Parts: sequence; C-alpha cells; structure tokens
Amino acid sequence: MVERAPHGTRAQLIMAGATQTLTLPRFAATRPATEESRAVQWLLIAIVLLFFAAFLLLPLAMVFVEAFRKGMRVYFETLRDPDTVAAIWLTLKTAAIAVPLNTTFGLAAAWAIARFQFPGKRLLTNLIDLPLWISPVIGGLIYVLLFGSQGWFGDWLIGHDIKIIFAQPGIVLATIFVTFPFVARGLIPLMQSQGQLEEEAALTLGASGWQVFRRVTLPKIKWGLIYGVILCNARAMGEFGAVSVVSGHVRGRTNTMPLHIEILYNDYAISAAFAVASVLSLLALMTLALKTITEWRAQRQFRRALH
Amino acid sequence: MKLLTTTLLALLAFAGVTHAAKVELLNVSYDPTRELYQEYNKAFIQYWKGKTGQDVSIQQSHGGSGKQARAVLDGLEADVVTLGLGYDIDILADRGLVGKDWQSVFPHNSSPYTSTIVFLVRKGNPKGIKDWNDLVKPGISVITPNPKTSGGARWNYLAAWAFAEQKVGKEEGRIREWIKSLYKNVPVLDSGARGSTITFAQRGIGDVLIAWENEAHLALQEFGSKFDIVTPSQSILAEPPVAVVSRVAGKKGTYDIAHAYLEYLYSDEGQDIIGKNFYRPRSQAVAAKYASNFPKLKLVTIADFGGWRAAQSKHFNDGGVFDQIYKPSK
Repeated sequence: MVERAPHGTRAQLIMAGATQTLTLPRFAATRPATEESRAVQWLLIAIVLLFFAAFLLLPLAMVFVEAFRKGMRVYFETLRDPDTVAAIWLTLKTAAIAVPLNTTFGLAAAWAIARFQFPGKRLLTNLIDLPLWISPVIGGLIYVLLFGSQGWFGDWLIGHDIKIIFAQPGIVLATIFVTFPFVARGLIPLMQSQGQLEEEAALTLGASGWQVFRRVTLPKIKWGLIYGVILCNARAMGEFGAVSVVSGHVRGRTNTMPLHIEILYNDYAISAAFAVASVLSLLALMTLALKTITEWRAQRQFRRALH
Repeated sequence: MKLLTTTLLALLAFAGVTHAAKVELLNVSYDPTRELYQEYNKAFIQYWKGKTGQDVSIQQSHGGSGKQARAVLDGLEADVVTLGLGYDIDILADRGLVGKDWQSVFPHNSSPYTSTIVFLVRKGNPKGIKDWNDLVKPGISVITPNPKTSGGARWNYLAAWAFAEQKVGKEEGRIREWIKSLYKNVPVLDSGARGSTITFAQRGIGDVLIAWENEAHLALQEFGSKFDIVTPSQSILAEPPVAVVSRVAGKKGTYDIAHAYLEYLYSDEGQDIIGKNFYRPRSQAVAAKYASNFPKLKLVTIADFGGWRAAQSKHFNDGGVFDQIYKPSK
C-alpha cells in the first residue's frame, strides 16, 4: 500500500497535461510522424526484414539443419557423449554460480549509486562498465597473470595445492568478469528514475532497512532485475573468449559448451558440433523468450516510474 | 564481505571436486594428434588394466604446440606432454617442470614417431603446384599456421627455408627475400595446424595447405575426393617428442604410469596405431607395413639448423627473422 500514494499525485499532474493536449488543433494530432511516401516506408521495412533474415534467421536455421543432417540418431548420440554432457553441465554450473553473485553485486552497486552521494561515485559507475569495453580475451589473461603458476599468486596457490587457472574456478571467475555489468547497468537508471519517496515513506512508518528493501524496493525493481539476470545468464552461457584463455581445453573437464563446439568442429565432427550448437541456441532462444516477456513488463514498470 | 566469502567457498568447492582421487592422466598434446591419441588411449587403458588390474582414465587437451607448452608453464597440470617439436619441451625443462635429460629418457630422442611436411592441394591440382618454388608465385594463396603458436608451422617454415637455401644459395639476404615472398601469399595464420586444415578444407580458402603429412592424409580420409597430396622434392624430418612432466606427475604420484603410458607408444601395438594414423613409425617392421603411405624423399633435419634452441632464437623469438619478414597482408 505504501508505494501507491505518490503514483496518485503524479497521475493527477499528467491528467492536467492531457487536457492541454486536447486543446490543440485537430489536424496537428492526426498528421503522420514521417514525410516519406508509402513506397519508401515499405522499402525500408523490406530492407530491414531481409537483413534480419539473411544475417540472423538463416544462420540460426542452418544450425538446426546441420545438426540433424546425419539424422536423429547421431544427434542424440552426440548429446549422450560423456564429454558433451560434461560440457553442458559445466556451462550450467558456471552460470549457476556467476549469475547469483553478479545479481547480488549488481543490486548492491545499483542501490549505492542510485541512493547515495559519495566520493568516487562517477568512477564506480564507469568501472562497472569496464568488462564491456575491454576484450574478453584480456579479461581471461588477467586471471592467468594473477593465478597462473608464473603469476602473482602462483607460488602461494601451488604451495596450498589450489587450482584456479585451467580448472573450473578459473572458468567461473572469467565468466563473472565478463557478465559483471549486466544486472547493475539495467538497475541503475531504473532506480534513479524511480526515486525513493516510497522508501522514505516506509521508513517514517517504522519499517526496518531489510523490510524496506524486501517489501518496497524489490517489488518496484522486480522486472528490471529479472531482465538483468536473464541477460547476465545469456552471456554467461555463451561466453567464449575469456573462458577459452583460462580453460586449458581438457575434454570432459574444463570445456564449456562454446569451447566444446569449437573442439568438435576441429575434430571434423561437424554434425556433432552443430548438435551441441543447437542445444546452446535453444537455451538462448528460451532466454530470448523470457527476456521479451520481462522486457515488456519492465518497460511498463519503467514508464510508471517516470510518470 | 558476504559476497567474498561465497565466492571463496564456491571456488574451494570446485577445487575440491577437481582433486578427487582416481588414477587420471592428462596428456597435453599438439593439434593434429586428436585422432591418434583417441585410439591410443583406448589401447593403453586396456593394456594397463590387463597388466596391473588398475583402471586409468586419460584426459586430452589439444592446441598449437607452443600455446600448449605455454599453458603447462602457466599451470595446466599435464602428466605428460606430447608436443610438436623439441623446443616446446625445452622451455618446460628450463623451468624445472620436465627433467633436463628428457630427450634421452625414451628411445629415438624421445620421439616415438616422425613425420614430415607435405602439400595438400585441391583435386586435380588446378594451380599445378609441384614443389616449394610454386608457392611463391604471385596469385597463389598458401595456408599455413602461425609459427609463434604452432609447432607444425615452425616445421613448415624451416622446410621452406631449407628449400630456399638449395634454390637461391647460402646468402641469407636472398633466402629471406624468398621466405618473405612465400608469406606474402599467406592470407591467414591460424594458431594451430588443425585450424589451418579447417580453413583450407572446410572453409575452402587457399590453393595449397602446407601440412603435416599425417594431417594431409587425415584430411584426405575425411574429405576424400576433394584433395590431392603433393610431396615436394625435399622436406624436413619432424620429430614430435614426448616427455613426462615430472613436477606434476611427482606431486600427483602418477610418474610411473605416465612413464609407462609414453613407453607403450614404442610397443608393437603403439607403433601400429601410429602407422595407422599416418605418422611414420620408428619400428622397421611396422614402417614396412605402412610403406605405401610414406614416399621416400630428401629430408633435412633440425640439426642442420643447429638444433631447436638456435632455430627458435634466430627465427621465431620476438624480433626474430619471422617477425622481420612477416607483415599481415592488408
């Protein structure tokens, strides 16, 4: 109930604005937004659709055609192969660790940036984007330089018999690095535009910090958060470059799905490579469907926050 | 803080998983040996089970030879390395991962098989490529991997160099010019031999692939009617070596089985698998069986270049001859 009050007041302001719009001359309201002729419009749409079909739909369809080229049996045999199963598991496991960690971090960062003024805030905002600017390969190399046996912590790690690089922890670290910004990037503008009137109201009504977060903030940002998590997950499952550097490419051990696809392809097991690629594509398509739904709901929430 | 603890716990949990006790060997190998070791590992697992009753599983990692050596140096815990050339094991010996005397641990300089460098061309050889000299002609597109990361690429380069020496004389400036005109015809350098084969065979780029003999035969087997092998007038004797990574195997307690694993490559069964996979076997008897696959040709050796250390520092180290002559085209 607490968060409803300010919406009401803002909605009244909007209504005041709307009455003004109605007083405008009628032709202005019905004039089309563009001056181009119908033909030009259709041409532009056709170009976009063609481009979309040629560069996105066709390759995607090819993945499935190639995957089933040698028949259903080869397809399902590939997916039962222990190395393939291991790659799928490792990918899911990596995402299952990286995504929650980056969600926690993203929430904390967005909270801090949207709600508080502190020195270095702008720097932090920019640093969150760092993994988007630099090549994932460099992201992977950083960890080799830190945790590799020639690296800064190499001797200590060897001394304590802890393996990070060329083992699964390295893959998780590299994935965390490249998927770092996704949750925070989505939440910061949302939380900034929403403001904190509701939170302040809740505080004056005697809610504790945790209650405010759980009952007020979280419902407000829910869809934005889910959207960020989905993006983060898509990237975590699909990452190639950074993971390739720290993987060591041990079959059935340190290969994620994207790496396994490359290995199968180089083994001349083309159909098998595309079979695994089709599973990865399916995961991506499922993510896309989820994303579309949440995006739509997130936008609704965002618009409501602006008004 | 909570975040940090969770991360650490998760990482340690993973570290724990990777340490589960079981006899496991990791063979870190170069690019074209995928099929060879797939077959050999099965044979060894059976042999070892019969001999000792012990179950062993063998993991494989493949990539450009130099890149793989680098990974082992950075901490990839290989029990054995089976690489493309001696220098890549030398650098492991320099850092104490492999015994200094590694090359005398197994027979034949610790190289259980040899190979050489040949050409793979499109069916019917439309560009009429017969020998090294045809590769420097304008308009010929040549596929070879990057000598910085690939062992095969370094053998390719040295084989070409040896031919140029025959062709244009001992004067080094002229040899360099010849090599330069060869690499001018190379549109793309993949990081490993298999990458180059895929570029040539699967993506259809280039008129000729300079390849390991075994890789060329395998491509014929995979893509059958689309290619021909051309054996040049001379080439180089490639000796891909093997070694136990004693530091890792010692720590894991796998030294004996790792040693047995490499030793079995010299057995009749091992040599036969080697011959079947188009590597030249050391065993005379097995070599005779597969003789039709391996034409006799004039071969220079790495000793003609003063050994791998000399060849590496002159040609392939940063600022070496390769860096001086190679400029990526366009």
